Parts: sequence; structure tokens; C-alpha cells
Amino acid sequence: MTFWNNPINLIANWLNGLLTGWHLPGTLATILIFVIGITVLIVFAMVLDIGLVWVERKVVARFQDRLGPNRIGPFGLIQPVADIIKMVIKEDITPAGADRIVYNIAPVLAATSVIVLWAILPLASTIYGVDLNVGLLYIVAAGAMGTLAIIMAGWSSNNKYALLGAFRMVANMISYEIPMVIILLVPTILASTMSVRGITEAQSGMWFAILSPLACLIFLISAIAELGRAPFDLSEAESEIVAGFHIEYTGMKFGWFYAGELLHAFTFGGFMAILFFGGYGGFFGLEKLATFTWLNIPFVQALVFIAKAMLGYWVIMWIKYSVPRIRIDHMLAFNWKFLVPLSLVVLINTAILNKVLSGMPDWGYVTGMFGSNIVIGFVTIEILRAYGRKKRKAETKPAPQAQTQEQTV
Amino acid sequence: MTGEQIIFLITGVLILVSALLVVTTPKLLHAALWLVAALFGVAVLYATLQANFLAVVQVVVYIGAIAILFIFVVMLTRRELMEKGRQTRSNWWIPALLGLLILAGLVLLILSIPGVGRTVTVLPAGLDSVFALGSALVSPDAYVLPFEVASILLLAALVGAVYVATLDKK
Repeated sequence: MTFWNNPINLIANWLNGLLTGWHLPGTLATILIFVIGITVLIVFAMVLDIGLVWVERKVVARFQDRLGPNRIGPFGLIQPVADIIKMVIKEDITPAGADRIVYNIAPVLAATSVIVLWAILPLASTIYGVDLNVGLLYIVAAGAMGTLAIIMAGWSSNNKYALLGAFRMVANMISYEIPMVIILLVPTILASTMSVRGITEAQSGMWFAILSPLACLIFLISAIAELGRAPFDLSEAESEIVAGFHIEYTGMKFGWFYAGELLHAFTFGGFMAILFFGGYGGFFGLEKLATFTWLNIPFVQALVFIAKAMLGYWVIMWIKYSVPRIRIDHMLAFNWKFLVPLSLVVLINTAILNKVLSGMPDWGYVTGMFGSNIVIGFVTIEILRAYGRKKRKAETKPAPQAQTQEQTV
Repeated sequence: MTGEQIIFLITGVLILVSALLVVTTPKLLHAALWLVAALFGVAVLYATLQANFLAVVQVVVYIGAIAILFIFVVMLTRRELMEKGRQTRSNWWIPALLGLLILAGLVLLILSIPGVGRTVTVLPAGLDSVFALGSALVSPDAYVLPFEVASILLLAALVGAVYVATLDKK
């Protein structure tokens, strides 16, 4: 039964016994076990990534009223393998004038910045890499590494379009990092911990998506911006700058960017699930009932987590294939004039109400939190509506400058 | 030699080498990248000292800011993105000497602090260092005043930057 309750620990203990049985020193055995654990986690993430290629291609096909890959294997399931073989055997080109070392490091760094996120991703209550007490800041730190990778790729390619794409991407990621950091404080306040696992455990009674739906929405928007996916894909706008920072990359070097992007989207789907939808748990207390104790088995929890992460990934894809690309000035204005103030209001509201309502019974706390979010959302929409009406009125009026110009001519 | 010492030595050498390369490499952008390597090494040192929060903040603040620095470098070097100029002037030895003097002073200062040379004490398992740091920053008998003063300074800088940016439009 212990295998079903704590499989990773059991395997680690068994390996430790095996290795020390071979007369290895204790520290070396521990290091070896960690290396094996890390390798298994990365392999799991990358194999999942291969599956994501197929999911992405199938889903985009459905959104565009096509069938998608359906020739190789059942339902085109072997298509990603064919994709990978194609990428690996393609000619590997380094453009003349490129900064060779930086050019080659950039794709590796881009993929690394995603894979390091898996260290803190709790797949189940007993299956996780490490339980950092600064987990949420770690997400932001990994994002900073991703930004660096992109600007390295853009600069070292020695290509104007690549550099422009990288500049856009940096403007995008650095601006949207701010609402993301602010909104990450909302789950921190609600769970009173920054540990990702602690936040999951704190949602066993009530999802944070219900306590603070606005925070959930703002996190989704800034996560999509951080991913650089449509509608925030100005960095690779085909019609303007060809393909942005991965214009010069061929073969598997491009493959790393592509794989990294897909895995990043899935990982952020996972963080949506963890921060706002209860992660591997969060069945509103259902798992405490005798008939539902099987929900606490780590493998079931991991399946639940992956299902929730897939749902988040699907929402990100849904937005990607439905919303057109936005212009760079609109993107920046949307961030600085709308998202940042709104996230600050949500944060202050959560901090105050969390203190005021702490003495209330559970139903009062939940109603207060949810109600305040609805009020903020309603007021925001009203302000936006008034602003839009003002803009439309200003546009319908004839522009006075145009008339004076006509008279002078 | 313990594992921590080995990690410390490797990271220390990496930090020193990359810090030296920051000032000697001919390409400005490579200097920015070596700076990233040096600052990342410092983050590793923080992590080995169990200062998780500092380590992560080091990465967020410095490596996140390097991207901005990168853009400034590109903008300031104008047309030649692959600029290859000499990074040193003929009187490079004066700042080098000053740097060594400051290093000597810092080493003397640090050696005078009691408790230097102690081995790292392992933190108790239940201690939440982030919580302790957070409550120290806002508790009146700890650091609330310096914390608030620093916040007001940053706010003033922000207001000043906005004012300077809008000067042209008037």
C-alpha cells in the first residue's frame, strides 16, 4: 500500500538501499538518486511535449474547420515523431556574421527556462521536484531567463527582423511581468504562503478562482503575454517581421524554441490549475469522505492535475486561434493603463478583505471575496464603456485641423 | 572537502572569470552576457547559503534587468551591432588599483565582523525564512522605517521619471 501512497519516496529509498549495498558512499548515492530523479522528470516533460505537438495540431485544425494530421498512425498520432525526424535531419545553418556561441546557446536557454519550471510543479501531494518556499517568485525568475534567451537569439542572428522581434518580445514580457507579479500576490495572501504546494493544499476547501475570479483572469492574460502567443505574438508576426527571433534558426535549434513554447503553454496551464483551480486536489472537501478516498492516491492526483493543466492549455489555444494579433501600442496601453491598475485594485481589495473577513464563517468569507470581485469587475466594465463612448463621440465629430488645412491650401 | 565547499570554489572561480571578462571583452554585448553569468553565480552562492529568497530575487532583478541593459547597449552603439573596439584605455591601471584598494578595504571590514569563518548552520526544518523576512520588514521594532524610506525614494524616482518623460510635450 505504501507504493500507492508515496511512490517516489519508496523508489528513492529502494535505490538508496541498492546503491549503498554496492558500497557507494552515502552522499554519492544521494547525488546519483537526485540526478536520476531530475532525468526522469525532464524525460517525462519532453515526452509529454511530443504529445502536445499532436494536441496542438489537432486542436488548431478543429478551430480552422480542418481535420488535422490523420494519415500517419491512428488519428495521426505518430505525426509528431515524423515532425521530429524531419527537424533532426534538416540542414543546420548558422548565418554568416552570426555570433556563433550566443546563437547556439539561445535555443538551449529558451528550452531550459521552461524545463526549470517543472522543478516546482507538484504533480501530486507526494510527487514533486522541490517544495520551494519562494515558489511563485521562482516562476518570475524563470521568465526572466526566457526573456534573456529571446534577446540573445534576436541579437546573435545578425538579422534586422530577428532583432526587431526580440525587442518587441522584451517590451512585451517586461511589461506583462508587472501585472503577473502583482497578481501572484493574491494567491500568496489567500494561502499565506508562496510555496506552490502550500497554495495547492490551501485550496482543498475552496478554489481561489472562486475567491478571486478577476485575479484568475488577469493571470491568464499576463501568462499568454509571457508566452508570446497570439494575440501577443508580435515578436513573430509573419506579415511584418517574417518570424521574429527564430527567423534564422533551422532544424532542431528551431525545434527547441517550438518545443519550449508548447511546453511553456502547458506549464502555464498547469500553473493556472495550481494557483486558481486547486491543482492536484481541490474537490471541495469531497476527498475527505470515505467513498472518495481514492482521490488521494498520488497517481489519481497526477491524472487530475494533468487534466486540469490540459484544460488550461486548451483555453490558451482557444484564445490563440480566435483573437487577432494586437498592435504594439495597443498592447502596451492595455497593459499599463488597464491591467496594472486593475491588478493593483484587486490586490488591495484582497489584502483588506482577507483581514476584515477573517473572523467570518466560511460562507461569509467566500461570498465577500466573490462579491467584491464582481463589484470591481462591474465598475471596470462601466468605466470602459464610458471611455469607449467618449472615444466614439470624439471620432464622429469632424476634425477641426483638417478644415483649417483645406482653407490654407 | 565537503560538497558545499566544492560548489563554492567552482562558482567563485566562475564569478571571478566572468567578472574579469565583463571589463576585458571587446564586444559590449558580450560584456552584458558575462555580467549575467557573474550575477547568476552570485545567485548560486545565495542558494548554497540557504537564502532562497535572495537567490531568486537576484535572478529576477538582475537577469531580468540585463535584457533592458542589452537594449540600451544596442541603442547606444547605434549602427555597428557587432562593434569591436578596445575596451581599455591607456590609464586602465588607475581604476584597477582603486578596485584592488576597495577589495582590500572590504576584506578587512568583513574580517572585523564577529562570526566570520563559521560554518553554515543548518536552518531548523520548520522555519519559514520568507515569512520571517516579511514580518521583519514591516514590524516597527525591526526594519519598517528603512523599508518605507526606500519605498518613498523609489516612488520619488518614478514620479521624477514620468515628469522628465512628459517635459517635451508641453
